[in-house]
Amino acid sequence: MDEQQTATIVGRGHDEGARLFREWFEGLNASAERGDPAAYVFVMGSMAELLRVFDLPVVFPEINSLQTAIRRVAHEYLNQAEDYGYSPDICGYVKADVAVQLRGGVHPMGLIPKPAIAVLTNACNTYIKWAEIWERMYGVPVFTLDIPGTRAAGTQTWPGDRDFKNDCDYVAAQIKELISLCEKVTGKKFDIDKLREAMHHANAMSRGWKRVLELNTNRPSLFNAVTDGTIYLGVSNAFRGAEEGAKYFDDLVEEMEYKAAHGIGTLVDEKHRLIFVGVPCYPIFRRFNELFSEWGGTFVNSTYLWFAAGGANRGFEYDLARPLESLAEGTLISVRDAMDSMFYQDQALAEMIEPFHVDGVVYHPIKSCRTVSTGLADNRRALMASRDIASLFIESDMMDRRVVSEAQLKNRVDAFFEGLESRRLAASR
Amino acid sequence: MSYAAGVDVGSTQTKAVIIDESQRIVGRALIDTGANVVAAAERSFAEALASAELQEPEVEYIVGTGYGRYRVTFGNTQVTEISCHGRGAVHMFPGTRTVVDMGGQDTKAIRVRPTGEIVDFCMNDKCAAGTGRFLGAASAALDIPLSELGGIALKAERPVRISTTCTVFAESEILSWLGKGKKIEDILGGVHHSIAGRSIGLLRRVGIEEEVTFTGGVARNIGMIDALNRGLGLKVNVSEDSHFMGALGAALFALDHIFASREASHAPAEAAGALV
Repeated sequence: MDEQQTATIVGRGHDEGARLFREWFEGLNASAERGDPAAYVFVMGSMAELLRVFDLPVVFPEINSLQTAIRRVAHEYLNQAEDYGYSPDICGYVKADVAVQLRGGVHPMGLIPKPAIAVLTNACNTYIKWAEIWERMYGVPVFTLDIPGTRAAGTQTWPGDRDFKNDCDYVAAQIKELISLCEKVTGKKFDIDKLREAMHHANAMSRGWKRVLELNTNRPSLFNAVTDGTIYLGVSNAFRGAEEGAKYFDDLVEEMEYKAAHGIGTLVDEKHRLIFVGVPCYPIFRRFNELFSEWGGTFVNSTYLWFAAGGANRGFEYDLARPLESLAEGTLISVRDAMDSMFYQDQALAEMIEPFHVDGVVYHPIKSCRTVSTGLADNRRALMASRDIASLFIESDMMDRRVVSEAQLKNRVDAFFEGLESRRLAASR
Repeated sequence: MSYAAGVDVGSTQTKAVIIDESQRIVGRALIDTGANVVAAAERSFAEALASAELQEPEVEYIVGTGYGRYRVTFGNTQVTEISCHGRGAVHMFPGTRTVVDMGGQDTKAIRVRPTGEIVDFCMNDKCAAGTGRFLGAASAALDIPLSELGGIALKAERPVRISTTCTVFAESEILSWLGKGKKIEDILGGVHHSIAGRSIGLLRRVGIEEEVTFTGGVARNIGMIDALNRGLGLKVNVSEDSHFMGALGAALFALDHIFASREASHAPAEAAGALV
């Protein structure tokens, strides 16, 4: 192994991801200072490819909010929103964003520009009420893209089905309306070649994202899906459709293939391979992971990397010869997949157990997101009924430190690993 | 003869158990944990040694468990009370497949295999409703010693419905029932049914499979045993040593280690031990 090459490649995705993310926030800060219009979007169906055509910087309020938790100031924002009148039971992301707006965009990463338009999908029911807040605060247009979801478990429509065509036509018609609205908001004409270029970069990113996730079947695992994966996820969202994003994922695939070829894992001594289901515990992000890594546990995959990437994990690639039609198809398939990753993930998890050599599944429902948490108990039962796999169910929050009890989490995590080790011992006898 | 010990540092009380190579309990101690957790662990172990008429060097391996397990500074390793209660319950009642452990601040539902291996578990979250602390609140509100609550609850004819899930609010709800002229036994009957109901909810989450063994400090409460039996529609196993089940499980894990070390000294293969 060439040590110099190793030093150049290994960890690059981490460092470059952090750099790109800082630069992205610096760009938002500059936009805010100039008073440029921005598009407020969400991770499940951001429509970033289309918004790039109109040079609209994209703001992800979900990412802004989780950054306050990672930077350990979420309580200041949550308290401000609660003082304003929001209940402790309301989504923590919403409340932190409300406080950012009440502060005139002041955020630990810089100034956040005000919205000129908000674009959302029905992937999360809170998105709709959330966007109405900006509508009332700023009088900006809110565009809700209604994505036909899966009608019942395992019954998606696919190309060739009549219903798929109907669903695509429905999404395509809405995209045309969105284009008209963007033209009106920005005063810029729609440019289909510019869209094609953004879709070309998005294709490279989706291809790379899918490949990176697949490569973690490697033993030892190449990256931790909760800690490292969240950095990759940030780039996947913030730079979707951008040249830098495409290059980042090309490089990331190269890094992971290099690590796989040279047996470089994320842990020195990997003992337990786990899947994480849900949203991370951002208030104690590093410590939460240590509760697992101290036992030699690492997360080889996470449903968070599926739904919070807007379904980019599917690796859908647009047909650039028919961009609008293909954008509708890709949006339908990817956002629908993001929804299914929250509501119907048990079958996907069951299918991953062998290829990813999974020892256990960790379910992490969170207090302030009912959308992602509601079905987890049911999904866990379904998975345990179909497969003899250990699982852990621990509850905390993605934002609110008041409902995160590290001592209680540790007790449960320790007991889970004790069970895993007993199970392994029994199997070896 | 080697001896193994388990020290269970709970939120309210600390328990220590010493066993011999035949897994027989030879010494035990039970003290209030208090504010100094390290001292409580040391004192309970010292008292258990005294009751066993042993000297400290005679105990070959010590496992700490309970919330204060990392404060058992003289211990060799730690195992969670979830694993320890499961192990202790299966040792005491080999037919055990489900364990309900009711302690001072938490209640656990644990499903186990015949080997004592944990299949699944569930605990109350960030709230002491359905735990011994709820009984403590009732004891304070009614000015009746904790040890007498269960016997009085058994006399209930028309138990009241305690609706709060908050231990702090439980006191005011109890006072409110007193104000309405309800009998103390009916109020206490309601308190016991309320706690049992929440514990049964946890048990249902992991799946109730007979036999069910009741462990932890609250297992000494005859009113709670009755409430669980009625709620579950079966008869739970209760031992006189239920309070020591976590410490006993810890001691059994310690004994595993002693045997495994002996085997390992004869065979290069993985020690045939267990968790520790």
